[in-house]
Amino acid sequence: MKLPIYLDYAATTPVDARVAEKMMQFLTMDGEFGNPASRSHRFGWQAEEAVEIARSQIAELVNADPREIVFTSGATESNNLAIKGAADFYHKKGKHLITVKTEHKATLDTMRQLEREGYEVTYLEPQTDGLVTVAMLEAAIRPDTSVVSVMFVNNEIGVVQDIAAIGELCRSKGIIFHVDAAQAASKLDIDLQTLKVDLMSFSGHKAYGPKGIGALFVRRKPRIRLEAQMHGGGHERGMRSGTLPTHQIVAMGEAFRLAKLEMHDEIKRITALRDRLINGVKDIEQVFLNGNREHRVPHITNISFNYVEGESLIMALKDIAVSSGSACTSASLEPSYVLRALGMSDELAHSSIRFSIGRYTTEEQIDHTIKIVHQAIEKLRAMSPLWDMYKDGVDLNTVAWVAH
Amino acid sequence: MAYSNKVIDHYENPRNVGSFDKDDASVATGMVGAPACGDVMKLQIKVNADGIIEDAKFKTYGCGSAIASSSLVTEWVKGKSLDEAQQIKNTDIAQELALPPVKIHCSILAEDAIKAAIADYKQKHGG
Repeated sequence: MKLPIYLDYAATTPVDARVAEKMMQFLTMDGEFGNPASRSHRFGWQAEEAVEIARSQIAELVNADPREIVFTSGATESNNLAIKGAADFYHKKGKHLITVKTEHKATLDTMRQLEREGYEVTYLEPQTDGLVTVAMLEAAIRPDTSVVSVMFVNNEIGVVQDIAAIGELCRSKGIIFHVDAAQAASKLDIDLQTLKVDLMSFSGHKAYGPKGIGALFVRRKPRIRLEAQMHGGGHERGMRSGTLPTHQIVAMGEAFRLAKLEMHDEIKRITALRDRLINGVKDIEQVFLNGNREHRVPHITNISFNYVEGESLIMALKDIAVSSGSACTSASLEPSYVLRALGMSDELAHSSIRFSIGRYTTEEQIDHTIKIVHQAIEKLRAMSPLWDMYKDGVDLNTVAWVAH
Repeated sequence: MAYSNKVIDHYENPRNVGSFDKDDASVATGMVGAPACGDVMKLQIKVNADGIIEDAKFKTYGCGSAIASSSLVTEWVKGKSLDEAQQIKNTDIAQELALPPVKIHCSILAEDAIKAAIADYKQKHGG
């Protein structure tokens, strides 16, 4: 077995070899390198045709009209364009926006920027299982609420929000509803003919396509208008200027086409691997699975190993590429804001690991991971003063800690 | 983040992990940090009649650098008098382990742990 084992598919996926093969045909002199906006020659026409095929492939995965797909540089840009673009365009309706505390930074930081520009934002606190309810949202809606943004699948804990019900409520109140579906596309069925979603963000590299490409679904019926955030040649019906990167678009299209063909088999396979992983570690004492058990995608599993610090655990799992719920690996020493928003204690949030499984994960890799996790937990708990205190029956909340 | 070889060595082969009986009169304990901050260090020293630290043990909840810092100080304090141990500086620890700037707090915590253990000893002995 080749080490290290990649279990961080929620961070990014490798490009599928079939996608890379396709992508390479749109770069060199021998390939279709033309500018899709060139109207005066074959090079342009061919590139444009390739882009339109890809647009259809993306639309087909989510049952949308190809004309509703706008290409961007990724889900971060899609979130920015959707939220800022809709807030700007509909500001006369009101300047109140609603989102959730567990959203991706691309949404939260966009909201922060709008606050600086004079908008008011309500950040819903989810239940301890990570889900927001329609009642919570309804209580936060005001007459001047213009945009609601809720992510489909949480990137840290994998829970799936009730987008259908939230969409019904927003539509009934005439509020624009944006959904960040970066972690959802190719992981669960999305039907934009039935979901009452006005704007939806997609990413290429979370679905075995390349980095640097994404898309935003912008509904035509009822028609949603956006104020452009990137100005220039008026590409993408004026919503997002900039020369279209044909090779990346074609690759994202191919990735989404493959997802439509293969995702149901893939979900079954990944679910079995996920269950194998959970069964392999669940008997360790003081281990907790984070997020709702039922409403979740199989590829993201977030587990807290109490009394073991996440970064040292990641170090102990050195041949396994996972990520820590704790942000200790960056300059910040704050535990994950997502886990904190679920009401989890700082120490438990510091003790959390995200395992994300994907297309190339094998049973053998999962079994090796289980073995290494057991060894690591045993070693680190033998070294942990908190574990000793827990074993001695000391309630850690009653200890007078010296914070630093 | 890439760890230095010394951090990895101390992390993979930690020196002097364990505990002494805290009720033993020759043993003093320093516990610093907080679970909420992601670091808790417990350092114990065993001091002989001549005031020399003859043994030390640690347990640490924290990142690899925190574990390495505490492992290192258990080696450093052994054989030192309380006054000498008191002189160990976080900058020495950080330098020895080549800690990056975001991990300097681990060395500060290790220095605090030594000082806390010494203070505990002095308090126990009417110091």
